[in-house]
Amino acid sequence: MIVFQGVSRKFDGGEQTALEDVTFEVDPGEFVSLAGRSGAGKTTIIKLLIGEDRPSKGRVYFGQYEVNKLHDKDLPAFRRHIGVVFQDFRLLPTKNAYENVAFALEVAGRPQREIEELVPQVLDMVGLIDKMKNFPSQLSGGERQRVAIARAMVHRPEVIIADEPTGNLDPFHTFEIVKLLEKINELGTTVLLATHDKEVINSLERRVITLDRGRIVRDEKKGKYILV
Amino acid sequence: MFTIISRIFQFGFKNFLRNGWLTTITVIIMTLALFVFSWLIFFGVVTGRAASSIEDKIDISVYFNTNTAEDEILSIQQSLENLPQVASVDYVSRDQALAAFEQSHANDPTITQAVSELGSNPLEASLNVKAKDPSQYGAIASYLGSSTLSQYIDTISYNQNQGVIDRLARIVKTVEVGGAVVMIVFALLAGLVVFNTIRLAIYANREEIGVMRVVGASNVLVRGPYVVEGVLCGAIAAILALIVSAPLLFGVNPYLNVFIPGLNIFPYFMSHILMLSVYVLGFGVFLGGVSSFIAVRRYLKN
Repeated sequence: MIVFQGVSRKFDGGEQTALEDVTFEVDPGEFVSLAGRSGAGKTTIIKLLIGEDRPSKGRVYFGQYEVNKLHDKDLPAFRRHIGVVFQDFRLLPTKNAYENVAFALEVAGRPQREIEELVPQVLDMVGLIDKMKNFPSQLSGGERQRVAIARAMVHRPEVIIADEPTGNLDPFHTFEIVKLLEKINELGTTVLLATHDKEVINSLERRVITLDRGRIVRDEKKGKYILV
Repeated sequence: MFTIISRIFQFGFKNFLRNGWLTTITVIIMTLALFVFSWLIFFGVVTGRAASSIEDKIDISVYFNTNTAEDEILSIQQSLENLPQVASVDYVSRDQALAAFEQSHANDPTITQAVSELGSNPLEASLNVKAKDPSQYGAIASYLGSSTLSQYIDTISYNQNQGVIDRLARIVKTVEVGGAVVMIVFALLAGLVVFNTIRLAIYANREEIGVMRVVGASNVLVRGPYVVEGVLCGAIAAILALIVSAPLLFGVNPYLNVFIPGLNIFPYFMSHILMLSVYVLGFGVFLGGVSSFIAVRRYLKN
């Protein structure tokens, strides 16, 4: 489903290396953690996967798409196959929780009736049905991240990519988010989780790809977070 | 397609209402810029009237020898009217000149008595010539000075007042050209201020644009609501600018009237309100929409 083939990403005319010859595949339905210190290359992998950045060398595939060859105008339609969750939530401040989640369906041109049916269901699943009229500024960090997850999953994407989704949360909310991601994965959605949180990775007992200075140093089916 | 268009308008209206301070500040700055723009229109009217009131005061009079036959004068009038530089030619016969003279000196018995003692009409028939452009009096005067006509003519007022007429013609030109330059410069400044204000407002929204892109919003759906917001800001600012202008024009009207008699700017404003609204609203909506359209573009990559 997701294929990275010999992908390198260099900056400043090759002086700075963000990724070096990275190759891996992710199958449908997998839950894969990308582990590594800050600057190891986790976020670069995610940016390359959603077409926010392009590799200096190699190829990135997502389903039938060769992401590195997509034109700017094709990116919006492509991104509707993916749900993305960020460390800083990236909610729209002028929209309330309901509208933030509905936005992912509205941009895809889904009919109003379907939106009115689906959004409360998803908000209920993340436990925020009572706060759907609240704006991001009226929600806690954990609640904001749950809205972000609801937005990422509401259009039933094939994969959810979470980039340090627990980075700004306390341990209690961290595990709440991890459980939610596991639940989404159990429902059949592929999950790609980038994190440097040892506790999170060890509690999952799923596949772990460990990165260090832009290279893959370990890829284990039931991995643990091991510092290099 | 209909769904996308209705969502663009819905998002645009909601953002306009919810952006609070940002919207308020944008509307205030746009109101000031459109206020300047609408006053440029009034300024154009004032300079136009000032120039034409000076122009109205300029003409040249051609006085004919008392022995020139009226038919001759009328044929000269005809030939003057056929000149491309001439706007109008008024004939004042000897009798009319005398009647006007007597009327204007009706209260001065010495003069009326002196005229009646003369026994004949001493005044000359004349043609009052107005040019289309004040700079063309020289050409008209030299036409009248040609040998075929000069035998009938006693005096041409241009020859006596040439310096004043030329100076007034230069003033009219300066007022017209200067007014146009000021209008263009200020309209450009107003446009730039609005563009920069909207650019800053959209810069403040750059992260949200990024979020919309990541969620999979097409360029049309990202850009559309900002254009709607810009158009709304422009429309409201235009209405505010006109509302603020009305009492101010009412206030300055008597003072302007002293400088340029016959100029009533407030009645002009009221009678041209529809046309002014179209100009100011059109300028505001155009500026708001186009500025937003251009300002969002740089954030639509990736």
